[in-house]
Amino acid sequence: MKEYDIVIIGGGPAGMAAAIGAREEGIEEILILERDSCLGGILNQCIHNGFGLHTFKEELTGPEYAERFIQKAEEMKIPYKLNTMVIDINKNKEIVAVNEEEGILEIKAKAIILAMGCRERPRGAINIPGSRCAGIYSAGSAQKFVNIDGYMPGKEVVILGSGDIGLIMARRMTLEGAEVKAVVELMPYSGGLKRNIVQCLDDFGIPLKLAHTITSIKGKGRVEGVTIAKVDENRKPIKGTEEYIECDTLLLSVGLLPENELSNKANVKLSQITGGPEVNESLQTNIEGIFACGNVLHVHDLVDYVTLESINAGKNAARYVKGESFNEKGIELKGLEGVRYTVPKYINPKNIDKAVEVRFRVGDVYKESYISVYFDETRELHLKKRILTPGEMETVKLTREMFDKYPECKEITVKVEGE
Amino acid sequence: MREFRNLICIGCPIGCDMEVTLEEGKVSEVKGNTCVRGKNYAEKECTNPTRIVTSSVRVQGGEIDSVSVKTQSDIPKNKIMKCIEELKGITLNAPVKAGEIIIRNVADTGVSIISTKTVAKTNEDM
Amino acid sequence: MFDVVIVGAGVVGSGIARELSKYELKTCVLEKGTDVAVGTSKANSGIVHAGHDTKPNSLKSILNVKGNAMFDRLSKELDFPFKRNGSLVICFEESDIEKLEALKEKGDKNGVPGLEILSKEKLKELEPNINEKAVAALYAPTGGIVCPYEMTIAYAENANANGVEFILNCEVKNIIKAQNGFIVETSKGRYESKIVINAAGLFADNLNNMVSKNKIDLVARKGEYCLFDKLAGEATTRTIFQLPTDLGKGVLVTPTVDGNLLIGPNAVDIEDKSNLSTTQEGLDEILNKAKNTLKEVPMRQIITSFSGIRAHSPKDDFIIGEIEDVEGFINAAGIESPGLSSAPAIAEMVETIVVEKLNPAKNIKFNPIRYGIPKFREMDNEERKNIIKSNPSYGKIVCRCETVTEGEIIDAIRRPLGAKDLDGLKRRTRAGMGRCQSGFCSTKLVNILAKELNIPITEVTKFGGESNLLIGKNKEI
Repeated sequence: MKEYDIVIIGGGPAGMAAAIGAREEGIEEILILERDSCLGGILNQCIHNGFGLHTFKEELTGPEYAERFIQKAEEMKIPYKLNTMVIDINKNKEIVAVNEEEGILEIKAKAIILAMGCRERPRGAINIPGSRCAGIYSAGSAQKFVNIDGYMPGKEVVILGSGDIGLIMARRMTLEGAEVKAVVELMPYSGGLKRNIVQCLDDFGIPLKLAHTITSIKGKGRVEGVTIAKVDENRKPIKGTEEYIECDTLLLSVGLLPENELSNKANVKLSQITGGPEVNESLQTNIEGIFACGNVLHVHDLVDYVTLESINAGKNAARYVKGESFNEKGIELKGLEGVRYTVPKYINPKNIDKAVEVRFRVGDVYKESYISVYFDETRELHLKKRILTPGEMETVKLTREMFDKYPECKEITVKVEGE
Repeated sequence: MREFRNLICIGCPIGCDMEVTLEEGKVSEVKGNTCVRGKNYAEKECTNPTRIVTSSVRVQGGEIDSVSVKTQSDIPKNKIMKCIEELKGITLNAPVKAGEIIIRNVADTGVSIISTKTVAKTNEDM
Repeated sequence: MFDVVIVGAGVVGSGIARELSKYELKTCVLEKGTDVAVGTSKANSGIVHAGHDTKPNSLKSILNVKGNAMFDRLSKELDFPFKRNGSLVICFEESDIEKLEALKEKGDKNGVPGLEILSKEKLKELEPNINEKAVAALYAPTGGIVCPYEMTIAYAENANANGVEFILNCEVKNIIKAQNGFIVETSKGRYESKIVINAAGLFADNLNNMVSKNKIDLVARKGEYCLFDKLAGEATTRTIFQLPTDLGKGVLVTPTVDGNLLIGPNAVDIEDKSNLSTTQEGLDEILNKAKNTLKEVPMRQIITSFSGIRAHSPKDDFIIGEIEDVEGFINAAGIESPGLSSAPAIAEMVETIVVEKLNPAKNIKFNPIRYGIPKFREMDNEERKNIIKSNPSYGKIVCRCETVTEGEIIDAIRRPLGAKDLDGLKRRTRAGMGRCQSGFCSTKLVNILAKELNIPITEVTKFGGESNLLIGKNKEI
């Protein structure tokens, strides 16, 4: 069994940044295992721009952002294997992977960094009734056909879900010659970045149907049309509001799910809310020496934050390999009253250098409100926010000084307050 | 004549809600931006809106069949579709280097289309 | 000129074909779909019933019990997945226990082995996730679960390997009684045959009525199902039926042989035999009914839903046998539940009829063994190492959710009666059947199909016909 100090599962932006972080801490024996034929992960098919504003102060396209890291990894001579799929890991950090040239690879790691990203929720999971004809795609699959293969999945398109992937594909399909008839969104607000509403929908006059859902799909060989209906406060379709839209393609952008099948195999504890591992301030999961970062931990909106988080994970994995322990149980963070979850879930103040970034999402749209952080009963942070929305990840910075103020702190609460 | 317009800035993912005051078609005031880029965007968007256009073109003889491309800088919004028209039917021969110019002065905008990805030549005999 | 033409390549038609391939008979199967197993055989509960639920002495009861007993041997010979997991019929009122006892009696009469009434405590012990409301159960140890389309494909491949011709995309338009048998007019030309076997599923009535004065009328009865992630696959070990009450027939909750959880079906009679859409009402109905069986229905684990259509005969029994008024025309019609369980016995019953009529010589080259596609996911690491060495494409995983390798996919396309479209691939390899429902692998599968079938990528379909995946190149549509 080959041994490595750190094995990173996934060579997308998270995996690459983690590798770089670990190498910068001096670890030599790193190995990235990537299932695709090249590094870069999902960025390879994200040909639109909007990446790198924070990291490079430039607006780059996905492939350009990926290339910066691929080049860095090459420069640092970080070993990686392509076309290699990890099929098993266990809590002893033993990994089984497979590829054509080497067959079955059995690898032992001192530390593992989970960077597998996420997958899309399919039609079946939201149970849209109707036909199971051709022409129904997850937005990401359609994106791959258009951007990597160069082929159009359809001509007259309806998109369910106004998250960023749905919005980006609305524009993409339009530019390549399709007619996008509507973007249908279950919630009364859009799930994507506001800039994408402007440059993907408004620019092309594509209607956004908020508080609507698709109640049925009609079609024989291919989709012929979809029926949409308005929904009530419980998000249930309102009878009598049905509208039929003729189309030959339905794209689904109905949620991203962290890809944690492997994490399960290693007995990593997952959060019911995010679907990703529960981690502490050092991004270590409940299994010693297994760290997580990027979309597999929680779904991000900006790759720049994935990079920051992952460099951190890499550094901590390196420290772990060098003998540091991150096992001591930390203070539990609770997301309440509007805050759906926090990453990390536990903070051990001893492991904080200067500060720890706590990332979270709210469960609803809040205007003119505050993000408050309580250390036990005392409110330490009270930040005014003009707008908070589920589609945009938020961050609060908890400094070393704050923790020093509350040495007996048992619980930290992050919540939305009206005033 | 005074006109008010509400805009969302697309300069960065924050997406500030801005209110622009226009007088005789010229921007006289911008409110709601949190950086100077936002102010610039607001002014531009109300007088001469522009966008970066990203797309892809076919590649022959490469390790992959498509290469992603973009306008090197933003172009007038009303030239987006003409820009796409000019990309129609283009097939590049591998290798393609990231940053390589694909079309000069696309749609008469003075802006070039460049590749955003490097595509190596495939080893197969064609 | 054929000795036997079988119309329909579902589990019954393919089963008959396989049994007839034991003889020196020129046999062919005409299938109007693009593949075998595209009718009722691909969308049903996958249950091998124990046989207590049928009317004693009916064909259904005789063939169910007989067929059930044949699955161990057949699944080994033909290499398809089958598990004898046992079944339970649960009831929710004390007053219904006598109905369970009546069911047991019926089963005893039908020759079903091992039937036993279980108390609430015993039931809880065996199946801890069952709803507290259940008070007793009828346990049938011979109940089983099978993959119905893999079984059909296995039957078809073995028949084909033993000399039976399969003609797909071939719709029978008319059958004319001729001197020495029949002239079968199809969308692909004329076929002559001494014997015609009607295994045409939902359209068996049309077929029979082309030839016979004694008309058959089949009712298309749709049933909807919900399929859950393998993570929910151990909700129950056995197949759980609900005792029918005045409110109607219950739904079943069962593990599938592949490890998923399956819930369904309902029953709605429909006009359009090709309408396989699911409905909000149907899905709501089965999920609500399932709440009676399970403490908790794992709604967050739903991965897909589908519907299947049964060919229901108002006579409530199978219609099997040579028809009275036209010699040589043999029906195997009205095959609804327990059709799948009975299929092996139906095949032998029809075989007997044909052999009696034609008295054929035995096919000395007949090989009952068929090997399915080697499944990477079921191998241990040593086996995997070996297969990758001999076939490197087994080292490339295409479908991550179900761990399906490129080697399996290529085999599925290249083998005789191989896959021609995405759904065919799905049924043969499980690629696309996992929790992401081909979100990850569809681009790869489409490319492999185009390459292997040597067709433009825009001609790759989901299930033939006009179900193309891609409609044209970027900027050129």
